[in-house]
Amino acid sequence: MLETLAQAVINGLLIGGIYALVSIGVTLIFGVVKIVNFAQGEFVMIGMYISFFLATQFGIDPLVSLVVSMPVLFVAGMLIQHFLIRRVLGPNDMPQIFLTFALSLLLLNLSLMLFTANYRTVHTWYSDEALHFGGLYIPVAKLIAFVVAMGLSALLWVFLHTTDLGKAMRAASQNRDVAMLMGINPNRVFAVAFGTALALAGAAGSLLMPFYSAYPFVGQVFVLMAFVAVVMGTLGNVMGALIASLMMGVAESLGIQFVGADSGLIVVFALLLLTLAFRPSGLGAQRGR
Amino acid sequence: MLELSRVSASYGSVPAITDVNISIAEGEAVGLLGANGAGKSTTLRAVSGLVKLFGGKVTFDGVDLATLPPYRIPELGIAHVPEGRQVFPEMTVQENLEIGAFTPRAKPDRQRTMQLVYDIFPRLADRKKQLAGTMSGGEQQMLAVGRGLMLKPRLLMLDEPSLGLAPVMTDVTFEKIGEIHKMGTAILLVEQNVSRALSLVQRAYVLESGNVIMHGTSTELANNKQVQAAYLGI
Repeated sequence: MLETLAQAVINGLLIGGIYALVSIGVTLIFGVVKIVNFAQGEFVMIGMYISFFLATQFGIDPLVSLVVSMPVLFVAGMLIQHFLIRRVLGPNDMPQIFLTFALSLLLLNLSLMLFTANYRTVHTWYSDEALHFGGLYIPVAKLIAFVVAMGLSALLWVFLHTTDLGKAMRAASQNRDVAMLMGINPNRVFAVAFGTALALAGAAGSLLMPFYSAYPFVGQVFVLMAFVAVVMGTLGNVMGALIASLMMGVAESLGIQFVGADSGLIVVFALLLLTLAFRPSGLGAQRGR
Repeated sequence: MLELSRVSASYGSVPAITDVNISIAEGEAVGLLGANGAGKSTTLRAVSGLVKLFGGKVTFDGVDLATLPPYRIPELGIAHVPEGRQVFPEMTVQENLEIGAFTPRAKPDRQRTMQLVYDIFPRLADRKKQLAGTMSGGEQQMLAVGRGLMLKPRLLMLDEPSLGLAPVMTDVTFEKIGEIHKMGTAILLVEQNVSRALSLVQRAYVLESGNVIMHGTSTELANNKQVQAAYLGI
């Protein structure tokens, strides 16, 4: 029983690392640019296809193709912010919601057309490997994905807290007008935030590829959990999103183990409802302010 | 140095200003006085580019500020300490100051300026690592002024620095503003506390319903019957 519990927690943490990469991107965009990017999951999907094609065409390991998927999606994010999002930023939220929603549908249907609905997998030498500790079982591909995801999250944290551009992003997210009074160009900061968020989604895609199938709708699996984690971790709070993602991964895994194989999400959404009822601004909100 | 000629502006719910003429010379301390809603903050926002002008012109050293996006204006040496302090609440005191020196003009001297700010406001030096949002109103005001100084401003615009402060803190704040002015920085001070402001500035403009209705030296205004009746309670 204890071993089953420990195994469920491990499984949850490992997949929670991937949820974290997606949710950190969503919360970063929300915090800085003040829009909800409904298309975030589709960029995970694009990251997966980039790694899939580099693996099948050139034999490049998905983990190595991270160095392609991240920069490609970073640039894509800057361009999307500059040419699309920037036009709809304003007092009215509706155009932004429809724009990212439309982008999501467009990317979904484009990938259906280009890649078909088939499930694509990449088999690496470590895809079936696992570490064993007593009765516990840790798949190597998921462990690598988790470690890299945590490393990238830590890098983002260091960027936000030690570089001028990172601090400018935090300043702009806390007070856009006053950030301009400091000489911060909001458009530049928004573009970097959007690019960074998409690069993280791309990383999630590449990290998933050794143990998960790519198909056009794959992003929806992850974006749903990401949105739950973003709300639970307090909108705009990177650390909150990270912790909530890991928690949601564990909650889902415990649900699968102890409630039923198809019932993992019941636990997740029950926790979301409880959080919203008792801590409506999320677990990452500052007390007493 | 700063010249507003026939400036008209309004934006959303912000009080409008009409045909406002104001000039400030290098190193001068000038007050902008008037009741709540007279358009004092709007005037400062018109200089910073946070509201769009629909008439007139703002120039700084002859540069038409309308030709620059708002985030380029600080680079000229104009610091705007906004009303209600508006420090970055989830950044530490030190980070707030660092971001104050974001412009290329101020960045190379960041460490030296920060030391100067800590000398002027020793309280901030004690609280370097504290989150700005958790400090008292008076401390946040010090931080907001200190953050403005990080820009190495040639003109420091202060919007109601005494708002919501205890009398003791108001004394300290005004004393510090006096010190900063003595170091050679031009000051544009927006205040509702007219007697306080007149003791600090050399000249002042009085705004009413978005119009400059009077201007003169501090002594002239302090002795003016209308000003005494309306703002000094004499």
